Amino acid sequence: MKVGTPKETAAGEARVAMTPESAGMLQKLGYECLIQSGAGEAAGFSDETYKAAGVQVVKTAADLWKQSDIVAKVRQPEKAELKHLRKGLTLISFFNPAANKEGMDAAKKAGANVIAMEMVPRISRAQKMDALSSMANIAGYRAVIEAGNNFGRFFTGQVTAAGKVPPAKVLVIGAGVAGLAAIGTSTSLGAITYAFDVRPEVAEQVESMGAQFVYLNFKDEQQDGAATGGYASVSSPEFREAQLAKFRELAPDMDIVITTALIPNREAPELWTEDMVAAMKPGSVIVDLAAEKGGNCKLTKKDEKIVTKNGVTIIGYTDFPSRMAAQSSSLYANNIRHMMTDLTPGKDGKLVHNMEDDVIRGATVTYEGDITFPPPPPKVQAIAAAKPKEKAKELTPEEKRAAEAAAFKAQTRQQVILLTVGGVLMLLAGLYTPASFMQHFIVFVLSVFVGFQVIWNVSHSLHTPLMAVTNAISSIIILGALMQIGSGSWLVIVLAALSVFMAGINIFGGFLVTRRMLAMFQKS
Amino acid sequence: MEYGFTTAAYVVAAVLFILSLGGLSGQESAKRAVWYGIAGMALAVTATLIGPGSGLWMLSVVLIAAGGVIGYYVAKRVQMTEMPELVAAMHSLVGLAAVFVGYNAHIELGNVLAMDDTARKGLEGFAALLAKKTDIEHNILRVELFLGVFIGAVTFTGSVIAYGKLAGKVTSAAVKLPGGHALNAAAAAISMLCLVWYLMSGGILPLAIMTLAALFIGYHLIMGIGGADMPVVVSMLNSYSGWAAAAIGFSLGNDLLIVTGALVGSSGAILSYIMCKAMNRSFVSVILGGFGNTTGPAQAIEGEQIAIDAEGVAAALEDADSVIIVPGYGMAVAQAQQNVAELTRRLRAKGKEVRFAIHPVAGRLPGHMNVLLAEAKVPYDIVLEMDEINEDFPSTDVVIVIGSNDIVNPAAQDDPNSPIAGMPVLEVWKAKQVFVSKRGQGAGYSGIENPLFFKDNTRMFYGDAKASLDSLLGIMH
Repeated sequence: MKVGTPKETAAGEARVAMTPESAGMLQKLGYECLIQSGAGEAAGFSDETYKAAGVQVVKTAADLWKQSDIVAKVRQPEKAELKHLRKGLTLISFFNPAANKEGMDAAKKAGANVIAMEMVPRISRAQKMDALSSMANIAGYRAVIEAGNNFGRFFTGQVTAAGKVPPAKVLVIGAGVAGLAAIGTSTSLGAITYAFDVRPEVAEQVESMGAQFVYLNFKDEQQDGAATGGYASVSSPEFREAQLAKFRELAPDMDIVITTALIPNREAPELWTEDMVAAMKPGSVIVDLAAEKGGNCKLTKKDEKIVTKNGVTIIGYTDFPSRMAAQSSSLYANNIRHMMTDLTPGKDGKLVHNMEDDVIRGATVTYEGDITFPPPPPKVQAIAAAKPKEKAKELTPEEKRAAEAAAFKAQTRQQVILLTVGGVLMLLAGLYTPASFMQHFIVFVLSVFVGFQVIWNVSHSLHTPLMAVTNAISSIIILGALMQIGSGSWLVIVLAALSVFMAGINIFGGFLVTRRMLAMFQKS
Repeated sequence: MEYGFTTAAYVVAAVLFILSLGGLSGQESAKRAVWYGIAGMALAVTATLIGPGSGLWMLSVVLIAAGGVIGYYVAKRVQMTEMPELVAAMHSLVGLAAVFVGYNAHIELGNVLAMDDTARKGLEGFAALLAKKTDIEHNILRVELFLGVFIGAVTFTGSVIAYGKLAGKVTSAAVKLPGGHALNAAAAAISMLCLVWYLMSGGILPLAIMTLAALFIGYHLIMGIGGADMPVVVSMLNSYSGWAAAAIGFSLGNDLLIVTGALVGSSGAILSYIMCKAMNRSFVSVILGGFGNTTGPAQAIEGEQIAIDAEGVAAALEDADSVIIVPGYGMAVAQAQQNVAELTRRLRAKGKEVRFAIHPVAGRLPGHMNVLLAEAKVPYDIVLEMDEINEDFPSTDVVIVIGSNDIVNPAAQDDPNSPIAGMPVLEVWKAKQVFVSKRGQGAGYSGIENPLFFKDNTRMFYGDAKASLDSLLGIMH
């Protein structure tokens, strides 16, 4: 089968859906590749390089559409292109199915199969063909570059002979793919970067990129993005208020604001209000990556750069990927190529449109004369939901009290029994032994008791020193030997002398080694 | 002659000993605690030398000084990895001293009883004390010294064997003579009979026979316990040496001996209890020796052990933010604590979070690992106990297990048939990646296969711990 890529017809679009490199990969899958003459020109790929890669260059768009079984392109097809759709043709492209009724109807009528690249589900297996992410990544990078281009100062702080330069402060709103790319670029340029997102679980990702996450002082839990396929959803009015208050507080300090907040299939939410723009310093830059959907700032003009009265530049370009056509084309072409790999299980140049496959099904918007949009929810969740920690069964206060009381009773009973038994034994001992023994015995029992109380508090890490110390003081046996050494026969003296000698070793050895050990314990 | 001064000094010494043990609750107060202990001991010895022990005091001082020189020399020379051996060896000294003192008490008693009243009045020191006793008191005294000698003898041979096992001079495997615990029981029975005999005759023969039996019990009991159970054994012997001192204290009528012996005895008993709890085994089952009471076949382990080289470990460490090191006896054997500390310093210098997880029975002595790490100047506030750190493993990037095996064995939790089922273990396998530094593919002390080594996120870093870490440090900068 033949895969063809026409020249993009939209004004200013520089990207192309097939690169010489991706064509080589497609050929390995068994496909023949076609390209319209001049399609890659704007992205820096000449017809010659395509020819060198074994791609057949076709003069006109009409020819290309006619010869190809599969057409891969970037932008949503325009009216003229829709006319080329026919039965048996598969179109792989951005399609904007939610707001493109005309295109869907045309595809349905013609019986063409359309795979919309923006509909690729966000699951791990499909990441390699997630064109939204790869384009957003470029947009995020370019947004920072564009902001820097319009910002009159350094990003990084410097102390130079000519004076001190403060670092730029950048706020990124929305930590999706574009936001994270912007954060990465901005921190690597040396700016102090702050980032905000309605999904608190991305705070870790934000911090891992070297930015500070802006937390709201908001009681309710911020929403969990896992439930909505990894995208943000609409937030409550109270939450919105808290969020805007925080932004208002930050606005005067920020040099560059990059807004990337988009909610799928909706108008972009207004997050950077006019009074915030007014509060910003002259020379500050706002890059509104949501300009396509109305902008996160209402002052944004789509596809334009404006300067407000107080000297704040607002950039509303929507073609950031196209401004880096070489990079975005190669990434997009790779996304397409991965999609083709999934569509060609046999690697034999035969396209198999498997509607059972989650990814293919999700991205297909028309199939054999039927509109298959919107797709059923994917079987695999985008992000594993943060499972609430399993808690031990919450006991009611009454149950808790009852359990405590029972435990207390059991403990009391145990102690009373022990005390009684101990007491009776002591009494018995007292009856049959002389008072002198009992005196010593009381001392003994109390000492054991004190010992138990004291030793429980010894920390685990000091158990070895504890053993060394107890070893040293157990040489108290020396007292016995000392008392005996002076009285009695030579045998007694010899034995006692030996005991004194051994205990002496123990006393000094034990204490010294303990001191040595303890001196080693150091705080960091 | 009464010694009011001596008694007062004894009270102060006893208080100092209690403070000394109590002070070990924290690293900082512990440094003061040793001085309390030293002061208490100095006071007790001085008071005794001036008071009831003044006979031949020059000889005593010379002997203490001589012992002190040896003790000083040993304490300076000993390697921190040899602490378990040292502690065991010192216990044996206390045990032997208790035996001698007990025998002396017996001889003195015989001498005193043989004298007539006038001769008794002229006695001094310990003998004078004996002379005042009644017949019942003499019998009680015999029981006490008998007990003291018995416990002392068990402690002596037990400690000697424990020392041998820890120093590698005696095989660390559990060895029993044919007859097993029946032999111990028989020896204990003989000792009981000797006690009755001794009380009736008062002769030295039953005492001597009992001593031989007790020496045998100490030898055989400890021979039957394997190397990894040594923390329990050493703390148990520690306890015994205390009880021996207390028993002798009774026979000599010396309260300070009783107090101190009781303190030491209860301390050792608690340590043994803590160690047993950490292994989820009863004290009796440890003392009776060995694992092996499995109730069914162990779960089959699937997968294979995957080896990794120093480069691989270095790369993973380079990428990691948080690292936990789990040291075990293998680190002590290989003397690798300095290398571990160096690795820690380098990782910390790179801004990585490095912590240590210490299992209560890691090593051959309670708290053994803490002492080794302290020696290598690892700050103690990054050295954490099992309970403090076990929940942190899932959020840890890399765990390095150095020479430990059973204490990181997931079978303790997963396999109800495992001999160590129910033993609390460090849940290292929950970390993102685990490296196990180990000599070879063999099983641990308990002879149990460790499923950890076969897990997907585990890599085996074979070789002597010290050599392995050396090669790792050579790569990392």
